[in-house]
Order: sequence, then C-alpha cells, then structure tokens
Amino acid sequence: MEDAAVEEAEVSGAAEFAPALVAAHPLGHSVAVAVGPELRVFDLKDGSAVSLSDNSGGGSHSDAIRALSFSVNGVLFTSAGDDKLVKVWKTDSWCCIQTITSEKRVSAVAISNDGLYVTFADKFGVIWLVTVGQSDGGQESTDNKPVSIFGHYCSIITSMKFSPDGRFIATADRDFKIRVTLFPKKPLRGAHEIQSFCLGHTEFVSCIAFTCLSEGPSFLLSGGGDSTVRLWDYINGCLLDTCQIQDKVGELLEPNETEDSNLAIADICPTNDGSLVAVAIQSLNGIMLLACDLIAKKLSFIKVITIEKCYIPTSLASSFSADLLWTVMGASNMPNQAASQLLTRVKIIPHFKKDTLASADHVPTVLEDSEVPHGEKLLLALQGSLDIAKQEEVLASVLAALKVSMYKMLVKKHYSEERREQRKRGRNDKKIKK
Amino acid sequence: MTRGDGANGGGGGGGGSGQHQGAGKLPRKRFYRARAHSNPLSDSHFPIPISPDEFDLSQHYPRYFPDGEGESRDGDAAAPRIRFADVGCGFGGLLVGLSTLFPDTLMIGMELRDKVTEYVKERILALRASNPGKYDNISVVRTNSMKYIPNYFRRAQLSKMFFLFPDPHFKEKNHRRRVISMQLLDEYAYVMEVGGIIYTITDVEELGEWMRSCLEKHPLFEVIPEELLKADPVVKLLSTATEEGKKVARNGGQTFQAIFRRISLQKE
Repeated sequence: MEDAAVEEAEVSGAAEFAPALVAAHPLGHSVAVAVGPELRVFDLKDGSAVSLSDNSGGGSHSDAIRALSFSVNGVLFTSAGDDKLVKVWKTDSWCCIQTITSEKRVSAVAISNDGLYVTFADKFGVIWLVTVGQSDGGQESTDNKPVSIFGHYCSIITSMKFSPDGRFIATADRDFKIRVTLFPKKPLRGAHEIQSFCLGHTEFVSCIAFTCLSEGPSFLLSGGGDSTVRLWDYINGCLLDTCQIQDKVGELLEPNETEDSNLAIADICPTNDGSLVAVAIQSLNGIMLLACDLIAKKLSFIKVITIEKCYIPTSLASSFSADLLWTVMGASNMPNQAASQLLTRVKIIPHFKKDTLASADHVPTVLEDSEVPHGEKLLLALQGSLDIAKQEEVLASVLAALKVSMYKMLVKKHYSEERREQRKRGRNDKKIKK
Repeated sequence: MTRGDGANGGGGGGGGSGQHQGAGKLPRKRFYRARAHSNPLSDSHFPIPISPDEFDLSQHYPRYFPDGEGESRDGDAAAPRIRFADVGCGFGGLLVGLSTLFPDTLMIGMELRDKVTEYVKERILALRASNPGKYDNISVVRTNSMKYIPNYFRRAQLSKMFFLFPDPHFKEKNHRRRVISMQLLDEYAYVMEVGGIIYTITDVEELGEWMRSCLEKHPLFEVIPEELLKADPVVKLLSTATEEGKKVARNGGQTFQAIFRRISLQKE
C-alpha cells in the first residue's frame, strides 16, 4: 500500500474498535445487526431469522462490517467494511446480488434514492459510485467498475447520506467538515458541484441524518466528537442551532466521564416526522431525546431515557412506518476478545414519536425481552445468544473500552517530532499498481 | 542589520516575528530560507478558522477594518471580502505585484511553510510602512489550502485564484499530493464565482500537461482563448513577479500556463 504513515496509523487505530451496527427496513419488514464480520437479519413479517445467500460469487464478510444501509424503498440493502467489500442484497430473498471490491477499507455506504447506484467511501476520503447490477447477473462485469465521483482530501468519511429528494449527497469527515454535493442525473461522470459546506463542528463529525417535516423542506442533523448535535440549512451551509450535550448529561455520569472525549456522539436517529431526535452518546447508558422544531429551527433537550446500567448503545435505527427505536450495543476487534464472543444486546424503545415520548407525564419504557416483537427468536438471531449472563460478561468486558473508543479512533493523533520521524522511517512506499 | 541569533539553521520554528529591522526596511530573504518542499498530508499545528465567519480579517487588513470588527456574518454586505487568493504564495512576489494593479481589491496568500509565511508578513509590514496608503490590501496566512480552503472562503467569493509553480510531486504515487487535481478542483470551483479566473503556471512540462488536462476535464472550468489572455494584465505577472518565475527566466527555461474560467453547468 502506498498510504503515507499518517493514514496508516489512523487505519490501524480504527482496527482496534468496530462498533455493532443496526439498520431497520424503511417499511418495517426486517431488521439487521452487524457485529464484526457477522451480518444477522431478522424478518419481522415472518418472524424468523433470515439465512443469507450469495449469488455474486463471493463469501460472507471476512472482517468488521463498518456500514449498513437500506435503500429508501427497502428493496435493496448494502453492507461494507474492513474486508474491502461492498455487498448489495435484495431484501425479498436476502440474496447478495453484487459484491464490489474496494481498494481500501470502506467506512460508509449508501444507496441512491432511485435504487440505481451504490456509493461507498473509503478511509482515504474518496467516494466511489457503482451501478447496481441486475438480480440475475452475478459476477461484476468488467464495465461496471466503481468510479470515483468526488472526495474529501485525505480525510476519513464517517457518514454518508442522500437527501430525501435525492438531489444531494451529504458526506461528513473526521476533519470537522460536512460537504453537501449535488448528485447529478448522470453520476458516473462525477459529482463536481458542491452545494455547501456545513462548517461549525470543532471535532470530528461522527454521524449525519436528514430530517424533514412531512411534505416540507428538509434539514440536516449532525453529531460530533465535540459533544454537540447540530441542525443545518444544508442548502446554504448555515448552522441553525447547536445543542451542547455536556450540560444535559453532567449529572448522569461519573465525574471523570464528563470530559469531551467521553461524550462524543455515537449516533443520531430522527423520527420520521422530523419532530424528535434520538442521540446515542459514547458513555451514556441510555438515549438522549431532543425536540427538533423545524419551523423555529431549534433543537431543545427533552429528556434522557436510561436503559440499563451497563448498556451503552453503539448504533440506532428506526423505520418510517413502525414507531420503534432499535438500539444495539456491541463491539468487535477489541483487544483480548475471542472470535466466539461476537455478542450484542438489542434494546428497543417503543412509541418513538413526539406526542408520546416527549410528554412530561410519560415514563419512557424500554421493551422487556418478552415484549420484543417475536421475542426470543429475534433476540437469539440478532444477539447471537440468549444467555444473559454470558452476554453481560462479554459486554462488561467491552464497556470500559466502548466509553472512549470512538473518540480515540477518530480524533487526530498528535505526535511529537521524534515520533513523527520514527513513523516516517517505518513507512512503506510502493508504486501504485495500475 | 543582522538578527541576533543567526537564524539560518534549525527546522520548524517561527521566523523573524517580532524582530523590528527599522520600519520599512525589507526583511532579508536568507534568514527565511526553507526547503522548497513541504508535506501537505501532515497536519501541522496552525490555527484554522472553523468557518469563513470566524476568519478575522481585521488582523490582516487593519486599514479596512479599523474597529477590529473583522469577523463578518454572511448578511454583512458592506464588509469588504477577499477576492484573490494566491495558493502557495512563496515569498509573496505575486501579491506585491498585484497589490498596486488592483489597489482596492483584498488579496491573500496561502503558504504552508512557517518561515516563508513569516517572511511575507514582515515584507508586507515593511512595504506598508515605507509606502503609506499602499499594500494595505494584501496579506498572508499560514495554512494547508488542500485541506482548508472552504474554511477561509464562502461560496463564489473569489474572482481569481493563482497556482504559480506548484510542487510537481514527480513520483506517480505522489500525484495525489498535487495541488491541482479533479478532486480539489471541486473545492476551488466552489469558492470561485462564475466568471472567475484560475491561473496556473509551471516550468515542468509534465505538470503543465497534468494541470491543463484536469482543468479541461473538469465540467466547471472552461479554457480562456489566447486572444482574451492578451488583454489581461495579470498574465504577464505569472512568469515575472515571483522568485520561481525569475529563476526560470534566468535559466532560460520554458513555462507552461493553463488559464481557465469558472463556468456554471448547463442545466440538463
């Protein structure tokens, strides 16, 4: 590899921590959890675990999955990660119809709203585009190679989303920036027109999400390592409001846990009507709820829903239809973790809409395992085990590390002069293979 | 007047900031020499404005911002804005040449090397002191323009951008470090207004072809025909105003220019 030493260290730092991810089918048909190389899908209509099949000539993922995404209509699903593969699945049969090889590890993936293209971002900041193959196809044809359509210069892309109207693609990086680019009708030629930069975060941006009132204009939400959730007018690159998480969370954490590094935003998830945002925070054992007023263009704190003492969600998801907020906790690639210990915990918060959750007299609940749709079958499929004791043991071992990992992974490392020289000497510069 | 500590050696570190050599006396270049090459991929620790709103212009153009109110909001239409940017300005030759050609236009040089930036700052201060009323419209900032251009300039703010004798990064594996590339042209197009002009020049033929090719391929730039270039007083400065340019001329070398205009995409 011809990566400069700086990128090399960042990539190897990332290999130390791979959070578990959850994604929900937009129409509520299924839910997917990824931990390490394992992709687990549960069919909510049938009430059964899905067995994945592969038509594209590839095997399952062989290294940590870093990104999941359903298409807007739920027909397609993609998964991608450290094994440098992007897999495209049809959600009716859960058959993988296409496997794309990336030159570098993939950090974000998305499907265009029309379902025609898959975009993926690598650890070098380049965004690639590939046409979705036909379902009867199979092997990637030689003229369907990924094309690079734009990039964030030498920066890791942490999140990538298409706007609800499909006109724009927003990408966030670890150099505090969010770029909103016009997604052209013929994207294979590149996406060269930048609509705006949303600048304001003072640390890495970890997650972005579009939100809109039904039938109204849409806005962009973002969460970052600076412990803020921000609301943007992404058409003009204007920061509309900033919510400082630190103030709200202070009392709930141990004194030594309230530094910025522990309060990085892990994930955000808006409700489908744009009125609420659920926020997962790196060391918080619960979900923070923010009210999102898209008319006044303001974010405000509502409450924190505490889950369990040792449960820190690493990823959030919800579908357009059902009013469930899915959360998952888990990690892979942790030091001293055996391969057999890829367990996750799944917790669901019901009534994920403003009228219920936000009202002062509603005591927020978390579904008991017995109340979860399809109960034990779902939990077994997605968590990997029903043995609570074993799970707790595994999760307790990752808990301490989880509280700081994301920040450590994404924040820029500052090296002393001698250390930098030392790293340069270890650099391995090889010619790029054409 | 020599500097007390004989500052030729040593890496990193600032240049002659704070050393007053007598108002108006130009700084001596040999105390500010640095290697021609600097690694744009390494993140040095200089302050970057979080967004163009946080970029304090009063530090750079005090005459234009007498109250120290240099941080303007988007709606502040009256506040003067920077219109020309010299990316990799080196010792500031182009800025000094442009300053008197366009005395009412604010311009900035962006340079990665610490010592060289210090030199340019001192040079500008000295010029302002010995030519009252002039050179107030130029300044320099130490930054990495390959990563942070959107932090300094708003959409469609610049009417001219200059890339004079950029580092050729000869090895193929280093081509991605070139300051002109398809990827970076997206950002330069974003900060330039429609009709704005991008000027590039080099004495390395392969790099000249590379830059021209990138600009030709990029949908937001269009070549400016030769006849129109003749009427542009800036063009001559490209090869004569800077250190590099003068060196190339002394050695009888050839230069390769690519000058393009920022256009808007045809609506499909």
